[in-house]
Order: sequence, then structure tokens, then C-alpha cells
Amino acid sequence: MSFDVAAIRAEFPILSQTVDGKPLVYLDNGATTQKPQVVIDSLVDFYTQCNANVHRGAHQLSDEATRRYENARDQVARFINAANRNEVIWTSGTTEGINLVAKGLAQQLEAGDEVVVTEMEHHANLVTWQQACLQSGATLRVAPIFDNGELDLETFRAYLGPNTRMVAFPHVSNALGTVNPVKELTAMAKAYGALVLVDGAQGIAHGDVDVQALGCDFYAFSGHKVFGPTGIGVLWGKQAVLENWPVWLTGGEMIADVTYQNATWGALPNRLEAGTPNIAGAIGLGRALEWFSQLDVAAVQAHEKALIDSAMTQAADIQGMRLIGTAQNKIGILSFVMDSAHPADIGFILDRQGIAIRTGDNCAQPLMHRLGINGTARASFSLYNTLDEVSAFFAGLRKAQTMLG
Amino acid sequence: MQLPSSQEIIEDLEFFDDWEQKYQYIIDLGKALPRLDDAQKTPERLVKGCQSSVWLVISMDGDKIHFEVDSDAVIVHGLLALVMAAYNDKTPAEITAFDIDEYFEALDLERHITPTRGNGLRAIVGKIQHLAAQHGG
Repeated sequence: MSFDVAAIRAEFPILSQTVDGKPLVYLDNGATTQKPQVVIDSLVDFYTQCNANVHRGAHQLSDEATRRYENARDQVARFINAANRNEVIWTSGTTEGINLVAKGLAQQLEAGDEVVVTEMEHHANLVTWQQACLQSGATLRVAPIFDNGELDLETFRAYLGPNTRMVAFPHVSNALGTVNPVKELTAMAKAYGALVLVDGAQGIAHGDVDVQALGCDFYAFSGHKVFGPTGIGVLWGKQAVLENWPVWLTGGEMIADVTYQNATWGALPNRLEAGTPNIAGAIGLGRALEWFSQLDVAAVQAHEKALIDSAMTQAADIQGMRLIGTAQNKIGILSFVMDSAHPADIGFILDRQGIAIRTGDNCAQPLMHRLGINGTARASFSLYNTLDEVSAFFAGLRKAQTMLG
Repeated sequence: MQLPSSQEIIEDLEFFDDWEQKYQYIIDLGKALPRLDDAQKTPERLVKGCQSSVWLVISMDGDKIHFEVDSDAVIVHGLLALVMAAYNDKTPAEITAFDIDEYFEALDLERHITPTRGNGLRAIVGKIQHLAAQHGG
């Protein structure tokens, strides 16, 4: 199999759009990815053919909705190589998945316990643990990074110990693009019997996530960052861990038996899925992952590497451009600041040229402070971006420099 | 360059037919708008957006409200100049009577002042309107 970027682009209707008469150059994939037509169709098909609530209807529509919804769970399980479909818990996104784990952990933590995160966390994988520690009296330890955005592995290891209950870190940093050595970090944490949660928000869209091979206990991701709809995500967890995990939200699907004074919880996966789920979203996400699985992962990764390599090379020629995050193992993300222009100004001028990027603190304020900056401009690439778009971005950046200089 | 009136700005901007000239004009307006001293940029004057920050200093000058503003971004500073042309050294009644949304529409810049833009502009406009209302405007 090979990889034909033009054919891929043709599957994404939004990419042929123009902005103020200029072709859209969408480089904000770290925020959300665009959707192929098959995913859009899966949503429309659901609402036009079989919209009904799942698991409870005594009618044909509900049976069909349930079948598609549970099929999507199988598609997710296959995509991440879960040992068991019951390990796939639907959430609204990565943030909710991490919250589900953190709220449960907060009930079990006590003073003297430690939670380890890294300096490169997105707020979703920082504030959740920070609050769990504040509530329980446990200690949050923040493992440092080097200035290039790589995790300091030796110090990370030194922060672990017999009191470590949970270790949480991103698969890929949303602000820096650093790809963390997930297996290695997990093995270090497991030496002390700690639980491990991987924030997979930025990792999932780059392919070949195998949760069994990673060895972690939890892997959380969002559908919309992997070509699926917004408002749906997945918390994967090992069955043995999830089975006894404290329930966070109660009501609806997750109940087994209820009296006025008491209740018991159903079995996995439902026990951690309260209320009517995002049925269409789950189906759309399943379709997105099925679509993604049909691509040649090695070719996709080679293409994405070519994009970031080209960006790094061209960046070296731009005067006054400083890259934020230059880890050896880096993917998809080019964060930077300019000597002469504020990120917001760069964003404005690029926007007028049809080029969509992100500007600001990247939902990682402590990381920005650690790096001595207020924020960055961030171009983030996906498999449907082209080398021409990378060059268009740099042409746009040069124009911004001229106008703002 | 003296800061033009809001009406003059509308007329000036109508003149340009491409975005580059328009933005250059806004950048130049920003250059004409005085900056704050660092000492004036106190946390309580900071209106933080997630993309850029603005500072607002308020004082009364007779029955008029006087503003001094600053932003860490050049274009946002220029957009602040547009807001100042509308609001600065006006009475609370004048501020309240001014239709800022219509103004930004006339400038063809309404995208920049929507609440979704994290540049602090909408927050500044809201603060000024609230202040004017408090002073009977």
C-alpha cells in the first residue's frame, strides 16, 4: 500500500473550501482534525435511518441503533488493540476520560501518596490530578523537561517511588510535539506498582496505538482529534482496573438494581457510562477509526515526518523565528515565537491569507511559564496536509513578518 | 498621527480594497495610540485573553471618561485604537448611545470582536459599556 495525499484530501469536503477567496490551508489539527465524507455520512445515516435510544427499546429502530453503537465499540477496541471490548468506555473526550480516572483516584488517595505528572501537561492532564491531590492531601510531583521539550528521564525515574500511586503523561505533547517514550515511562512506573494514565489526545491520530503493548492502565483520547465527531471520546482501561473503579457519574445506563435508598452498578462497560450516550458520535468515531485503519500506517507516518521535517528545515531560514519544542522524537506540531511579532498578530495575518493556526498558551500555562514565554503560534499537521501547504505557511509567515516588522 | 474620529476611520477604511492595506492602516492606528508604561500594567488592569492581553486604565475627566489602553499584540493595539476612537473622552450617555456592533460591521471587522476571539477586545468593550452604565449612561 502507498499513500496518495491528493486522493485522501478528496475525501475531506471542507479542505476544498476557500477563506476570503484563498484556498484554506488548515494547520490547526492539534485543536481538531477535519472529517472525511464517510464519517459525515455515518452521522447522517444514523439520524435518517435508525435514530433511537440504545439498549432499552423494544423495537426494531432501537435494535439497529444498539447494533451500530456497539459495533463502534468493537471498532475502537480493534483500533487500539484492547484485550476486550468492555475496556472501551465512551466519554465526551479526553478531558472527561481523565476526570473519570482522577475523580475515582481522589477517593482512594491519602496524605503521603504521590501523583507524578510532567511539566509538559495540557491543563486537562494537570488540573485534574492537581485537584485530586488538593482534595486528598496527596502530593503532586511534576517531572521536569529539558529546554528542548524532552522529558528528563533520569529525574522522572527519581521522582517515582513506593508512594507513587499514579503516573500520568501525554503520549504526544500538544504544545511541543514531543513524542514521549510511553513504554519506557510505563515500565519505570510499574516497577513501583503505580497506575499509569496516558493522555492520548495528540497521540491517537498518528497511528499504531497498541494499548496492550504500551503496558499502561488507562489511555484517554478524543474522537474529534482522530477524524471523528466532537463530543465523543474514549477512556480505555484494563478490565481488572476498571471493574472496581469508583463510579463518577450515576444514573441511566450504569445502574443494575435500584431501591429508593440504594443502588448497585451494572457490569462494564456500562457501569462507567451514565446517561444516554452520544450514540451518533460513537458511531461516527467507530467509522473514523475504521477509515483510518484502512490506510497504510507506515506511509502515513512517513508523510507526516516529511511534513514536519520540511517545516523544521524551512523554519531555520526564517530570521527571528524560535522553535518551541525541538525534541529528537517530535511529530505533527511546530510551535514557535517570533522576535518581532506577537503570536496573535501572526495568527491574524495568516488568517487573512486562509491559513489556520492556533495562537496562545496552548492550554498549558505552566509549561509556557516554564519556557519563559506567554504563548506560541502553533502550526499542527495532519495526514491530509501537503508539502505545498507547509511552503504556503512559510510564505504567509514571511508576509506577516514584513507587515508587522 | 492624531487619532481620527470613528467616522473618519470608517471613511478611511472604505478607501482600501485589499486586506493588506486595511491591516496596515490598523497597525498604523495602533502606532498612533500611546502605550502604557510598564508600571501602569498592573494585574487589576489586565484583561486577559487566551491569545493576547490588554490593559485598561480608567479616569474621570469632568463628565467624560478617559481611557488609556495597551496590548501586547500590534494588531490588537490597532483594534483598541478603533475602540478608543469610539469611546475615549466621551460622556457615559455618549458611550451607551454608541452602537459598537454596527461600527465594527461598518469597518468590516466584526469577526475580531466576536466573543469567541480570545483577544480581550470584547471584554474591554463590555467593561467600558458596564462602566458607562454605572455612571448613568
